[in-house]
Amino acid sequence: MSKQSRDRIFARLMAGSRQAATQTVTLNPMPAKTYQRAEKIDRLKTLMEAMRTEVHITNASGWVEQLEDILKQREMDSLVYPPQTALGEALESHWEKDAGGLPQLIPYETEIEAFKAKLFTIDAGITTVAGAIADPGALILWPTDKEPRLMSLVPSVHIAVLEADSIYSSFLEAMQAGKWSTKMPTNVVLISGPSKTADIEMTLAFGVHGPRELIVLILES
Amino acid sequence: MAIHQPVDFENNVSRALKDTQLIRNIQSAMDTLVLKRKTVFSDAAEIEKLRALGNSIKTNALGKLPELLQQLEEKCTANGIQVHWAETIPEANQLVLDIMKSHGATRLVKGKSMVSEEMELNAYLQAHGIEALETDLGEFIIQLNNETPAHIIVPAIHKNRDQISKIFHDNIPDAPYTENVDELNAIARQTLRKKFEKADVGLSGVNFAVAETGTLCLVENEGNGRMCTTAPPVHIALMGLEKVIEKLEELPPMLRLLIGSATGQLITTYVNMITSPRKPGEKDGPKEVHLVILDNGRSKIYADPQRRQTLYCIRCGTCLSHCPVYNRIGGHAYGYIYPGPIGKILNPQVEGLEAAGVLATASSLCNACEEVCPVRIPIPELIRRIRNESYSNDPDSAVAGHGYKRNWIESLTWKMWAVANTYPLLNAIGLRILGFLGAKLPKVGPLKHWTRYRKAPEFAPRSLHELVKQIGVDHE
Repeated sequence: MSKQSRDRIFARLMAGSRQAATQTVTLNPMPAKTYQRAEKIDRLKTLMEAMRTEVHITNASGWVEQLEDILKQREMDSLVYPPQTALGEALESHWEKDAGGLPQLIPYETEIEAFKAKLFTIDAGITTVAGAIADPGALILWPTDKEPRLMSLVPSVHIAVLEADSIYSSFLEAMQAGKWSTKMPTNVVLISGPSKTADIEMTLAFGVHGPRELIVLILES
Repeated sequence: MAIHQPVDFENNVSRALKDTQLIRNIQSAMDTLVLKRKTVFSDAAEIEKLRALGNSIKTNALGKLPELLQQLEEKCTANGIQVHWAETIPEANQLVLDIMKSHGATRLVKGKSMVSEEMELNAYLQAHGIEALETDLGEFIIQLNNETPAHIIVPAIHKNRDQISKIFHDNIPDAPYTENVDELNAIARQTLRKKFEKADVGLSGVNFAVAETGTLCLVENEGNGRMCTTAPPVHIALMGLEKVIEKLEELPPMLRLLIGSATGQLITTYVNMITSPRKPGEKDGPKEVHLVILDNGRSKIYADPQRRQTLYCIRCGTCLSHCPVYNRIGGHAYGYIYPGPIGKILNPQVEGLEAAGVLATASSLCNACEEVCPVRIPIPELIRRIRNESYSNDPDSAVAGHGYKRNWIESLTWKMWAVANTYPLLNAIGLRILGFLGAKLPKVGPLKHWTRYRKAPEFAPRSLHELVKQIGVDHE
C-alpha cells in the first residue's frame, strides 16, 4: 500500500515541479553574533536563570562539594548517575569517602527494559552536557551509550555539569564547530530550563512532564 | 473528495458570537500571545531579514520538494528509521494501526501533532481498541472534554481555569476540585507519568525534517514530546510532506521564526533532534522509529505556483492570534482542525470549495496575517484566489468545487456592469437610474443574504463623475 501511494505522490509532485518552474533561491544566512568567553558565560547564566534554572559557577576541583550542598538542601533519597564516566567516577569516590546525608547513588547500567520501573521512582539525575549556547541560552545534551537519554528527563531534578570552555555563541556556531551535519547522533536535545507549560490561561507553571528543577554547574577551568 | 460534511459556518459564527465567556477567554489569551511575540521580535529590521530568510528557505525546499523527500527517505532509511507514505487519511490511520498491531500494542501516548488531528487518529484507534492518550497539557484537557483544539499552539485556550478545574474533577478519578494552576498541573503530571511508563508506543509530530541528515526536529516546553519519543519501545512520527527542509544549518533561523511567532519565546524548553532508533550498546530510546509522511491533498496544491505558498506554513499559529475574525469567533467555529487565516486558505483546497470555500469569506482582508507570517505567506492574496475560484468556470482550474457559487443573478449583474462601463452614455444613464431606484432594489438572491447583517449600498443621487464635471477637482 505504502509503495503504490509513494509512487503516486511522487508522480504528482514531479508533474507539479515541472508545471511550476523552480525558482533559484539565494539564501542569505543571518550573521550570528559572537561573544567573548566571559560574556558567553554571563549570557547563558542570565538567560537560563530567567527560565528558572539554577546556575552555579564553580571550578573543576570544587564542584562535587558544591553538588553536595545542593543535594543536602533538597532532602533527596536517590540520584541516578552515569557509571564508567569521569563524572561517575568522581561521584563514586566522593560518596565512598562520606555519603552521610547524601542521596543513594544509583548507576544507570542496564538497558531501560530492566530499569524503567526503578527509574520512575528516582528523585534526581545527573549528566554531563556536550556544550551550551549563549544566545539563546540552552544546554546541548548529546546522549551516549554511557549517558542514556532518560536520566535527564524522568527524575524530578536534572543536574547538568557543563565545562565553561564548551559554550558557543550561537546555535549555528555550535553546529558548525562540531560538524553536526556529518555526525548527528541518535538524539540530541537543547534544554533551556525546567519543564513548563502555559496551557491554562497562559499562566506559566513549571514541572509538567519533565524535570521540575534544572540545576547547572558551570565548571571554570 | 471532501471527507467532512460541509461546514455550517453561518450558524457556527452566530453561536460563537453569543458565547461571551468564550470570546473573553480567547481575546485575553490572544492579547498575551501578540504581546509576547512583539517582545522577542522587537528589532524590526532583524525580523524582516529573518522572515525573508524563512521565506527563501521554504521556497528553496518546495522548489526541490521531490528530490528532498527522496533524500530524506534515503537518509532516514540509512539511519534505521522506517519511512511510510500515505496518500490519504484512511491510509495514514491504517499505517499507524498496522504498526501498533505488529507489536500487539494497545497503549499509545501522544505528543502534540496537528497531522494526527487532521487524521482524527484518536477516534480511529479507539474504535480499534487502542487507548490513544494526549499528553500535551492543553490537548489532554480537551481530550478529557471530547473536544478538538481551538488553536494550533494553545489547544485549550477557549477554556478558563474554572472550566478546566471542573473538567479534571469530573473526568479524572480521585482528582480533587482545585482552581490552582500548579495543582492542576500536578494532577496532570501524576496521571500521565504512569502512562508514559507503561505505554507500548509513543507518537509525535514533526516541526522540521532535515533532508541532509535525516533528522526529525520537534520543539516543545513540557517534556511530553521527549517522553513520547524516548520512553516507549516504539516511536511513530507523523508529518505532512511539506515539512522537509534541505540543510541542518537552516534549523536555527527556522526555529527562531517558529518559536518566536508561536509562543513569543527565544527558544522552547526542549528542542529534540531525532536521527535514529536506539543503536546497539545504547541503553534507552525506542528500538523502532517510524516516519509516516502524509499527502492528503498537498501534492495537488503543490502544482499551482500561487497556491503552493499555502505549503510554506510552519504551523506557528500567529496568524490566528493576530486575526480580528479569529479573535471574535475562536477556533471551533471554522469547523476544521486548521482555523483562522491559514485555515481559510488550506481547508478549501484540501476539502474542496463546496465543503469549506465559505471560510474564505470570513476576512476583511486587513492583511494582519501577512504582516506577521514568519515565512511571508501572502494569505490575503490566497483568500482572494479562493474567492475567485468559487465563481470560476475555468475548466483548467484544479481547485475542487470551483465555480460552485456561480449564479445567474451575479453573472448577469457583472456583465451589465461591464457593458455599462464601456459606454460613457450608458454609464451616465445607469447611474442616474441607480441614484433614483438604487434604494429600492429588491432584496433577493445575494443581496438578500448580504443585507441580513449589513446595510444595502446607498447610491448617491448624483455621481462622482457629474460632480467633478460641475465643481472640478481641488488639487490642494
